[in-house]
Parts: sequence; C-alpha cells; structure tokens
Amino acid sequence: MNAALGTARKPAPATASQTKSDPLAGLKPRLEVRSLNFFYGAKHVLHDISLTVPINRVTALIGPSGCGKSTLLRTLNRMHETVKSSRLDGQILLDGENVLDQDVTRLRRRVGMVFQRPNPFPKSIFDNVAYGLRVNGYKGSIAEAVEKSLHRAALWDEVKDVLQKSAYALSGGQQQRLCIARALAVEPEVMLLDEPCSALDPISTAKIEELLFGLKEMCTMVIVTHNMQQAARSSDLTAFMLEGHLVEFQTTEQLFTTPSDPRTEAYITGRFG
Amino acid sequence: MSSWAGQTHRKFRKGVSYLWLSTTALCALIVVGVLFFILGCLVWNGGSNVNLDFFTKLPTPVGETGGGMANAIVGSMKLLFLASLVGVPIGVIGGIYMAEFGGKLSAFIIQYTADLLNGVPSIVIGIFAYSLIVLRMKHFSTLAGGFALGIMMIPITLRSTEQFLRSVPVAMREGAMALGASRWKTIVSVVVPAAYRGILTAILLAMARVAGETAPLLFTALNNRFWSPGWNQPTASLPVIVYTYGISPYDDWQHQAWAAGLVLLGMVLLTNIIARTVLARGISAPR
Repeated sequence: MNAALGTARKPAPATASQTKSDPLAGLKPRLEVRSLNFFYGAKHVLHDISLTVPINRVTALIGPSGCGKSTLLRTLNRMHETVKSSRLDGQILLDGENVLDQDVTRLRRRVGMVFQRPNPFPKSIFDNVAYGLRVNGYKGSIAEAVEKSLHRAALWDEVKDVLQKSAYALSGGQQQRLCIARALAVEPEVMLLDEPCSALDPISTAKIEELLFGLKEMCTMVIVTHNMQQAARSSDLTAFMLEGHLVEFQTTEQLFTTPSDPRTEAYITGRFG
Repeated sequence: MSSWAGQTHRKFRKGVSYLWLSTTALCALIVVGVLFFILGCLVWNGGSNVNLDFFTKLPTPVGETGGGMANAIVGSMKLLFLASLVGVPIGVIGGIYMAEFGGKLSAFIIQYTADLLNGVPSIVIGIFAYSLIVLRMKHFSTLAGGFALGIMMIPITLRSTEQFLRSVPVAMREGAMALGASRWKTIVSVVVPAAYRGILTAILLAMARVAGETAPLLFTALNNRFWSPGWNQPTASLPVIVYTYGISPYDDWQHQAWAAGLVLLGMVLLTNIIARTVLARGISAPR
C-alpha cells in the first residue's frame, strides 16, 4: 500500500521516509484516492494525489491557504461538480468502488459533509436534522433518529425543549453541532469536515474537536484545517499539502515530531504559511 | 492685503451652501408633498362619497344620487386574481430557472427580454390582448383584461424572484446537496423557502402595480354598468371607472370618480404596507 505515502513531486533528499513505518500498517482503507489530477478550467489545482483514508480514524489535511486541501476534500463526495468548469482525472474509491461511477445522491448520503461556516436551513431545529432522512426516504421513526443524532452531536440536552424553534436561534457553535447532527442523521460512512471550527470561538472549537474524536468509532473522518494545533490534537493521521501536491502523509505524531520532508518541517515550525 | 479670502467671500460661500441646502430640502419636500397632495385631493373631493353604499351598491343612472361601485371593486379583484394566475406562476418559475439553471447567455437573454417587456407601454399590451383574445372571442371580457394585466406582472415577478433567490447563500444549497438532495429537491425544499418572504413581497408589489393600470383594460375588460357574472363578459374596474366618470359632465359622477380613485389608492397603499411589513420581518435566511 505504498500509494498511501504522499508522492512528493520534487523528491526531497529522501532519507527518512523510506525507513519509516507505513502509517497505515494494520488499518483497513475506507477511501482511496489514486493519481488524482484536478483542474478548474485550465488551472491545474491538484497534481497526482494518491492518499488512503483508513476506516474509523480521523485524517487531517493541512497546508497553507490555496494549497488545494479543500478542493481535495470536495472531490471525495463530488461537491466539486457544482463548479461547471471543473475537471477530474484519476480514481477515488469508496470501499473499493469508484465514486465517480456512483449515483451522486446515494454517494453523498454515504459521505457526509460539514462546512466552514454553520449553514443550517431556515427551518426548525428538528426539521434541520430530519432533512437528510426525509430526502433519502428514511423508513424508520424520524423522531427517534433525530434524537439519536442530536445525542451523538452532544446537542440534545441544550435543544430538547426547543426542537420546533428556528435553527437560527442557536449560537454559532450550537449551529455547527446542529450541522454535524444533520450530517450524522443519515448514518454516513465517511464525514468530510471543511475547517469546521474556523468561524467559532475556542470553547465551541474544543467541544467540536472532542466530539469528532468520539465519533470516529462510528464514522471515518476527514478534516481540513489550517490550524496545526487542531490537527495535532484531534487527528490520527495527517497529510501535508503544498501548491496542489501531497508532500507528506504520516501518523499525526510522526508528522509533527519527525517530519521527513524539509518543507513539512518548515511549515509546522512556522517558517511559512 | 492678506492672502486669505475676505469677509465678503466667506459670506458668499455660506450663501451658496445655504442655497443648495434649501434646494435639496425643497425637492425632498415636494416628493413627500405630491403624495399627500394627491391623497388630500382625493379625500376632499371623494371622501364623502366613500360610504357603505359605495362598497355594496351598483352605480345609479345619471341624475340619481347615491349608489356605489360594488361591481367595479369586485371586477378589479377578479381581474387581479386572473392576472396573478397568469403572472405569478410564469414569473416565479421563470425566475427559478434564471437564478438556478440559466447559463450566462440564457440568463442574459431572459433578463434583457424581461426588462424590455417591463418597458412596453401598457397600451401596447392592451392592444396585444385585444387582438389575441377580444377579436377572436368577438367580445370584451374579464378574461381578456386579466390576461393583459397578467402579462404586465410577468417581468416584475420574474426579476424580483430571481434576485431574491440569488441572495440565498450558496452554502445553504451545498448543505442540502451534501445530504443527498437532488438539485430540484434542494431548490424546492431549501432555496425557495429561504426566499419566500421576498418572493411574496414581490408578488404583492406587482399586484399593486397593475391594479391601477387603465389603458390595457379599456379595450379588453371594457366596462359594465352592472354585475359581470362569470369571466366571459365585460366588467367594470376601479381604474376604468375613474376614467369614464372623471371625464363625464355630471357632478355626482365626478365625485364618484374621486371616490373610486381614493378606494383604489387605499387598496394599493394597503398592499404596499402589508408587503413592507412582511419584508421588514426579514428575509428568513440571514448572512
């Protein structure tokens, strides 16, 4: 499974990386990205990315603004297709099946997403969480599923008496947890989080990080962040990206303590980015 | 002599400033004044004729005082109802297409056409409805009048629906799509509900706008001294009453025209106020 190791374009004096152990040793893959190239019009945004996301782990994508980490994340549930001029080469496998060949609405039920800013719908708290269930024709009890998801998102105690109130009555941090509950309701196998805490205060951020770490037993997480402390605190594996290339992919501990690429080291020690 | 301007120059500058300040204030005053002057005129000349009879009775023959405009009020409402049946669905659904599906070129073409249609003089719309419906059916009718007003409503509802839909944040659409909602489902269940207050306001304002149109009604709905049952006969309407009674040589008819104008303006103002109250409560989607 050497596809898992980030393919650095300009191989740095490769010394350490070969000798280091495979960060994915003993882990089952959930998502496999294989030689992915991505374009916005004529602009080549992602260069030959290969990356394996293991099951029931939190994988963080870090890198400076504009390095393509959000773009990579959005290809995983094909949200990139909302931009008409985009083009994608390569393969993305979810449990071994290419996501590009699947029905997109079914794919998005299996691969949920939480966005940078909380984006609740102009509906009640209950209807927000129930939305995905209704859209996907859920057969069981919607009320039970809503309650379960709100529990999982650690929001139930705060909202149980105001379920019929507008979601906009909640604070920013609560809204983001509501969005997480909304994504969890359809029981996705993978959850993509695009800088989910960048609009939140430190206390709400801490709550969400703790929450995500607890949820990984249920669902595989991929989180984009440009907050390195956040990646260090809440992820198991970390991929460092730069200018559309995947520079390094390691266990979080290894990447932050003994990075094998000098560019990674320069970034995590704060010399740029 | 010092190099600074003297007393006279300073006085001149202050004078110019004062002059401009008064000019702008005066113009602002005129804007407000015109509306109140019209309103005052209507109340002065027609206020005493607006009584219960005006809303419940038919017009009386010349020479007899009293009577009302019940048929014109109901006629106007029927015309507006028909106009909305034509204008609202086409405008709103077309607006959805423009905001959500239209490519750059098609959106430009539709937008440009809608703006042109909005600028077509109402009398031309009237003659269009006349040749299309009245000439074929060989008689004037409520139907033809409603159709003409409906055509006028289309561009207004279309453009405002489009603008309100475009103001719904992209993040909200993405949120729905990321949960597996199809494009249509996203629009119907998230985007339109987020913009519905704005759309509703636009519809009310479009109705208020065409409620006062006279020219297209003159040769479509024509007029009627009596009740107009069904949809297939000529009908009285408030704007046409203002026109025919206003130019008549009889004193009581002229007062009735003032009263009809007052009721019409009252209805339009009321719609405007309702629309603005709805809007003031906020478009439901923030940010």
